[in-house]
Amino acid sequence: MQIKSRVHDNTLFVLLCGELDEHTANYTKITLDDLFSNANIDKVVIDLSELEFMDSTGIGVLIGRYKKMKTKNIPIFICNPSSHVEKIFKMTGLYDLMPKIV
Amino acid sequence: MKNSNFMEVTFKALSVNEGFARVCVASFCVQLNPSVDEITDIKTAVSEAVTNCVVHAYPTQIKGDVTMRCEFEDDTITIVISDRGVGIKDIEKAREPFYTSKPSQERSGMGFTVMESFMDTVDVVSNSFGTQVKMTKKIAESKCEVVS
Repeated sequence: MQIKSRVHDNTLFVLLCGELDEHTANYTKITLDDLFSNANIDKVVIDLSELEFMDSTGIGVLIGRYKKMKTKNIPIFICNPSSHVEKIFKMTGLYDLMPKIV
Repeated sequence: MKNSNFMEVTFKALSVNEGFARVCVASFCVQLNPSVDEITDIKTAVSEAVTNCVVHAYPTQIKGDVTMRCEFEDDTITIVISDRGVGIKDIEKAREPFYTSKPSQERSGMGFTVMESFMDTVDVVSNSFGTQVKMTKKIAESKCEVVS
């Protein structure tokens, strides 16, 4: 897992590259929490265009980040999921928490 | 004559082996000429089952083994993932969507739900000597020809 990020107009853009499973979950949690602690953001966009695989462990990681950012009133949005990831998102209702944007 | 084949691998219950299990099952299933969606469904279901072994089967520091057996007969693939761990106390509860025995670890509790959604059948047998998850999936346009 490789995580790239940039901030533009107070929006944090995060690009997840690789595979998100039990093996990479902890690194992903720590890295995202570190990026999200940036005080100068009011929105997060997670780009999944480079995410090659994700199972339900990834859902746990994302819901955990959602809960943390909710306490700060900072919304998280998802963009560019693969059809496979989208299937898991719809099954688990994740889009109710993190809406998909184009 | 029916086309059939099988393979079996055993590996330590470590998270690093999840990717190995996914690649392994995908390589084997290619013989059945599955679609990309079908192979991704199978990889995801295997990943969920192996994650359960890694996270739940061996609660002590000493990790035991996980065995993955894959076989097909004509157009149907059967995958059995088994461990020799502590077992699942309440299988019915464990299969409920969003149920997790480790809520403090930010787990979604959707592992079995994903397996059930992506495979045709999922059967779980568990006791204090281990757990076995058996999953099957029919490949829609299988064109396998095994040469013996």
